[in-house]
Amino acid sequence: MKRLITALVFFAGLIVAWEAVVRARVWSPVLVPAPEAVARYLWENTFARGSVGAPNPNRWQLFLAIGVTLKRLGAGYLIGLALGLPLGLATARFRVMRDTLGVLALGLQGLPSVCWVPLALLWFGQTEGAMLFVVVMGSLWSVVLATEAGVRNVNPIYVRAARTMGSRWLHIWVKVIIPASLPFIVSGMKQGWAFAWRSLMAAEIFVTILTGFGLGNLLHYGRELNAMDQVIGIMLVIVFIGLLADKVLFSPWERFLHRRWGTGQTG
Amino acid sequence: MTLQQELAVTPSAKLLVEDVSKTFHTGRGAVHALDRITLSVTDGEFVCLVGPSGCGKSTLLNVVAGLEVPDAGRVLTDGAPIRGPGRDRMVMFQESALFPWLDVLGNVMFGLRLKPGLSHAERREIAHYYLQLVGLEHFVHAYIHELSGGMKQRVALARALAPNPRVLLMDEPFAALDALTREQLYGDLQRIWAERRKTIIFVTHNVREAACLGDRVVLFSPHPGRIREEFRVPLPRPRDINSVGLAEHATEIMRALKGHLRGAEVAA
Repeated sequence: MKRLITALVFFAGLIVAWEAVVRARVWSPVLVPAPEAVARYLWENTFARGSVGAPNPNRWQLFLAIGVTLKRLGAGYLIGLALGLPLGLATARFRVMRDTLGVLALGLQGLPSVCWVPLALLWFGQTEGAMLFVVVMGSLWSVVLATEAGVRNVNPIYVRAARTMGSRWLHIWVKVIIPASLPFIVSGMKQGWAFAWRSLMAAEIFVTILTGFGLGNLLHYGRELNAMDQVIGIMLVIVFIGLLADKVLFSPWERFLHRRWGTGQTG
Repeated sequence: MTLQQELAVTPSAKLLVEDVSKTFHTGRGAVHALDRITLSVTDGEFVCLVGPSGCGKSTLLNVVAGLEVPDAGRVLTDGAPIRGPGRDRMVMFQESALFPWLDVLGNVMFGLRLKPGLSHAERREIAHYYLQLVGLEHFVHAYIHELSGGMKQRVALARALAPNPRVLLMDEPFAALDALTREQLYGDLQRIWAERRKTIIFVTHNVREAACLGDRVVLFSPHPGRIREEFRVPLPRPRDINSVGLAEHATEIMRALKGHLRGAEVAA
């Protein structure tokens, strides 16, 4: 409870400071809109009904955009995981995979995911396929590398102990190596999620396709229209979704791991 | 198979190490860990291997466990050469090697699940029996990190005993524990050994520990790893590590060990 209040006070302070800067008229309100303007934008693009005779045409617009974005993100991320986990295990297991795919993964993970956008556009055109490709490429390599690192960091004594108890190949992998590398794998999945999220936003800002306007598209149009309230509003939504994903998707896993491994009990 | 039937099985285990040699090739050259080691252990005997670090005693244990393949020579259990690790020879390592993703019971069940011919209920019963034997019946569902060092090694002991191996191989299992905990475990290990009639090979660099636990103490010297001398410890059991009689034996063994080390230095 105390921590919640601390957090609330902190963010309230940020908003007050923002308001103060706006009132001091340091910068043009076009560049720095008031908190209230951003809030109005968010309200009008979510729940606002509009008046009788003039219903709000933008009602639910933000939710639709969030839906489009999350659908792309989810699909791309799941494909990234489905490919990345087995490839990571194989990379850790076979030296030839490490010398080939491992090096490729390391190189491509260092490639900023926005760099995939031109290639995706040329290959797939202005389609959902291009979006999906960029997200998969954004998340896949960090999942591969984290899985590989996890497996290679498994204390060899676990495998030796398991072998003396009669555990063999597949049993060792399923019952020892994979559980033992879970902390690495989960943090790799988290990193993969973060990269997928970044690459999708890059793709949506650069690629306009007619099969759906995501958050990145709205951000792009905010800039085109010089609508700073929209730009900041969308950015807040993106930040919020990132936080939510962290709390909902990964925190339970991390808490589980901390409880089992006895790690991370410093707070 | 009931718990009683399972416990009634006391397989004999004569262990014969024949002319075993092993060399490790590292970046800094070859390490001659074992040089033509021959050692015979009778059924139910408690043998301690003593020597300074690097004398190959842990390597020998790993060869007997089937975790290392010797360059030459072989190991026989009851006349049959060993091929790889087996449930008949369980190992207890210096670090507990317990699995942190499983609770205490899960760790003890790990080996039992791989042992054929038992129902799930029987496996649980056996696991509980051994956890009780090491005095951890109240920590069945604790996570590994919640246990003290001594408790971890008790779980590791229960896990090693649970599949009812003929031979127990212990690689400095108490080295990382404080003196008080260690003394308790000496008592427990002697009691369990007497109760379950295991053949035990116990590696340590602590001469007093060896004199306390072993029927026989085998001295190793390094570079290359060789057996130098053997001592019988004919003291009655259970033995107290602080007793005077034991101290005399330990002193004798220690003197011999120092002599061999000095000899090895002069030769080198």
